[in-house]
Amino acid sequence: MTTTQERRAPVPDPPEVDPAPVGLGLLGWVRWTWRQLTSMRTALLLLMLLAVLAVPGSLFPQRSIDQVRVATYFEQHPDLAPWLDRLSLFDVYSSPWFSAVYLLLFISLVGCVLPRTRVHLANLRQAPPRTPARLSRLPEHRSVEVAASPERVLDAARAVMRERRYRTAEHAGPGGPSLAAQRGELRETGNLLFHLSLVGVLVAVAVGGLWGYRAQVIVPVGAPYVNNTTNLDTWDPGALVTGDSLPPFSFVLDALHVSFDDDETSGQYGAPRSFSADTTLTEAPGDAPVERTIRVNEPLRAAGASVYLAGNGYAPVLTVRDGDGNPVFSQPTPFLVQDSNYTSTGVIKIPDSPTGQVGLQGIFLPTAALGADGMPASSFPDARDPVLYLTVWTGDLGLDDGVPQNVYELDTSEMTLITTGDGIPVRLRLEPGQSAELPDGLGSVTFDSLDRYAGFTVRHDPARGAALVFSLLAIAGLTASLFVPRRRLWLRAGAVGSGAVGGSPPPGAGRTLVEVGALARSEDHGLAGEADAVLAAVLARLDEPPAPQQHPQQHTEQHTEQHPRQQRPEEGAP
Amino acid sequence: MSVDTTLASTSNSLVYSAMAVYAVALGASAFDLATLGEKVGARRRASARSAAPRQELASQAGGVGTITVGRTTAPTGPAPLAEDGAPRRAAGIATSLTVLALLLHLGGVVTRGLSAHRAPWGNMYEFSVTGTAVVVLVYLGVLARRDIRWLSTFVLAPVLLSLGLAVAVLYTDSAPLVPALQSFWLIIHVSIAFVSSALFVLAFSTTVLQLVQERREVQRAQGRPTGAGRFMEALPASADLERLSYRLIAISFPLWAFTLVAGAIWAEVAWGRYWNWDPKEVWTFIIWVVYAAYLHARATGGWGGRRAAYLSIAGFACLMVNYGVVNVFFPGNHSYSGLS
Ligand code: HEM
Repeated sequence: MTTTQERRAPVPDPPEVDPAPVGLGLLGWVRWTWRQLTSMRTALLLLMLLAVLAVPGSLFPQRSIDQVRVATYFEQHPDLAPWLDRLSLFDVYSSPWFSAVYLLLFISLVGCVLPRTRVHLANLRQAPPRTPARLSRLPEHRSVEVAASPERVLDAARAVMRERRYRTAEHAGPGGPSLAAQRGELRETGNLLFHLSLVGVLVAVAVGGLWGYRAQVIVPVGAPYVNNTTNLDTWDPGALVTGDSLPPFSFVLDALHVSFDDDETSGQYGAPRSFSADTTLTEAPGDAPVERTIRVNEPLRAAGASVYLAGNGYAPVLTVRDGDGNPVFSQPTPFLVQDSNYTSTGVIKIPDSPTGQVGLQGIFLPTAALGADGMPASSFPDARDPVLYLTVWTGDLGLDDGVPQNVYELDTSEMTLITTGDGIPVRLRLEPGQSAELPDGLGSVTFDSLDRYAGFTVRHDPARGAALVFSLLAIAGLTASLFVPRRRLWLRAGAVGSGAVGGSPPPGAGRTLVEVGALARSEDHGLAGEADAVLAAVLARLDEPPAPQQHPQQHTEQHTEQHPRQQRPEEGAP
Repeated sequence: MSVDTTLASTSNSLVYSAMAVYAVALGASAFDLATLGEKVGARRRASARSAAPRQELASQAGGVGTITVGRTTAPTGPAPLAEDGAPRRAAGIATSLTVLALLLHLGGVVTRGLSAHRAPWGNMYEFSVTGTAVVVLVYLGVLARRDIRWLSTFVLAPVLLSLGLAVAVLYTDSAPLVPALQSFWLIIHVSIAFVSSALFVLAFSTTVLQLVQERREVQRAQGRPTGAGRFMEALPASADLERLSYRLIAISFPLWAFTLVAGAIWAEVAWGRYWNWDPKEVWTFIIWVVYAAYLHARATGGWGGRRAAYLSIAGFACLMVNYGVVNVFFPGNHSYSGLS
């Protein structure tokens, strides 16, 4: 493929395997390695490797996406999972091997693109090359006799080529004065912009990962949210986030609107249809509050952070009284959703009841039914027939040993499950408004009413905009790199008979022979059309009739590959 | 908003009618290819073509006007289809029927969308029906600029196959969208993905034909029999097919990059992070990287032609995995197949 090598002439790429230096010492080896790394073939292999290595991350659950599924995988494959883990198969995209490949690729890219940029900048300042002696050898060649003088032809040609955005240079020669023209440097500019923008995207992603943060919080309807790390359920800062001071906005979740497909015949029964959260936002302490609605696909943007409506669920309002009837717990209690019908689980921890620590573990069903396995499960996500089941634990909640605990889980390692005489766990069943006695004189629990909660994700990424800008620059550069044709075109105007075509004494002495030759320097299917158009434009400027098209050619495909290198002058060494 | 079931069933009827018309068009185009291959093959045996550049010299007329003296244009490769002035009646019929079928097909797509008041691409069935319509649309778009009727068999057959799969296996009743899909980015992101995928599909067809043609050319050059598949005689030379494949991919590649970026913008708006390494994102990225490798291979010494063609086929295979496997079997944020 001579042509394509010529096209990326600035890259000094070894055509075939570059023999390793023998006895060149360390420096020689370093040079050789660098040349290998920045070669086109290495870039190609690394690209293919990157594609292959990205696959396993879609086959195995990834910690960065879903820790729960990773844990489930460990349970289901207790022998295999630790081995996979050793190979980083649950963290593919931050694994040493994946990182190594993309970092090598980007080093190769920079090592390849910087020298090309230098060469390209020099090229931009260079005049188009001299006109070849025999234009008829070029892939496209037109010749025409006109009455105008060579000088006038050249003037016209100069104007035409400027109009068509060619850079030009004039040359004198035995065949007459000529104009050399070149265009399409934008192609290489675009290619360089594309590759450099990819580096920009990578840097923006890294900056966002290091200085950004992500947090999750559950907010019951009616409750306020103040942006502060102490209020968050999860807090996941980038490695270089210093301190935990977040922009101090706050909002109140006024209402949550939820709807589901309730058409039993639709095949989509129970599918979510719309979620939205009405909030009252205070951007900074002291600001006037404003009303904002957060929807899926419509985050709240406040003080550089974004708040997303990531989920929703039920928060039964529960009151627990101790043996003396005094309330020891009373609040909306968020239950975490487990399936698409909102079967939910939650816990209540009562550390200071006079009768010792009590833990309640519950399953909440918005529409009570029995699952296929005979266990309680919800049959519809909306609250049509809400039922809460609770089991009761006593003992040590483990809150005092200083280890932070998940508020949605009960650590039962130091607790006992209360059972009936024959060993069956005591299970309380409650509907809204109902109360039940806890066994063993522990008190009572009341299901006062049913609220909903919203799950919000709070996110800040300082380089989001930069990533977008670099991506768009990359696409723009890529488009130029693929579609701007690089062409050279020469036009010579000589007195008829001066020797360019034929040798016999000219019948039309005093006339001028106009010759156009064109050469494609990239994939170019429009070269023949360009040669015709340039000639036609020059003739039009000279008020000459257009050159007749004797045999209309199909200008479908014009390609450089069919022309051996030696037919192209000026295309020698890179 | 509820679903208009009358419109939804109209959509189904239109899709079925389109399939029937596509089937007849496919028959006509296969017939055209077979007879044409027979004719071209016979002519090839009769006379070997010269591939020298055409040099046309005009007669030297006097007068004041311009005289065209000479004109050389690089050879455009053998174009067996254009040479024979005889009308290809079957090909004409195939094209007309394809247009008719596409109109029915588009009718099916539009009524499907109207029935649920949304863009008709919310589940696998709709992806298939709309995606195939875009494939045919892009094919006809290219056909308007150049005669690629030889390709129609290799477009209509996979389109018909996909539609068959869609109605038989993937069918889902028309329904509104889940909240995560209610975004105008769905329209942008997915519609560009359709156009880009359609171009990749066409490029896959031309790449496979290119490899087959190349093998026949080698066999012929070595004087060996070219075996079955005389219809291949009616197709352009492998170098021309290669160039066409490249151009289709070159157009599609930036569009796929745009799909990727639009998807990232949407992910930021919907999930709070523009890149999650969700399986669908991973495969969209893999497809992009494989086609990037194809473009690189074409520019790397010793990697053009055949080896690059294998990369283009690998890219298509990844596209099919992304569409057929990832949607259905890999749990992720993109599990919208509508299948259960
Ligand atoms: C992140 C890694 C890379 C990606 C995604 C990538 C992608 C691309 C794409 C899509 C093209 C096609 C544009 C065109 O044909 O004009 C291209 C062209 C090119 N790339 Fe890369 N590239 C990468 C790394 C590299 C590296 C490391 C090198 C140097 C060894 C390199 C050198 C080139 C050259 C010379 C061209 C022009 C080929 C031609 O003349 O057609 N690229 N690249």
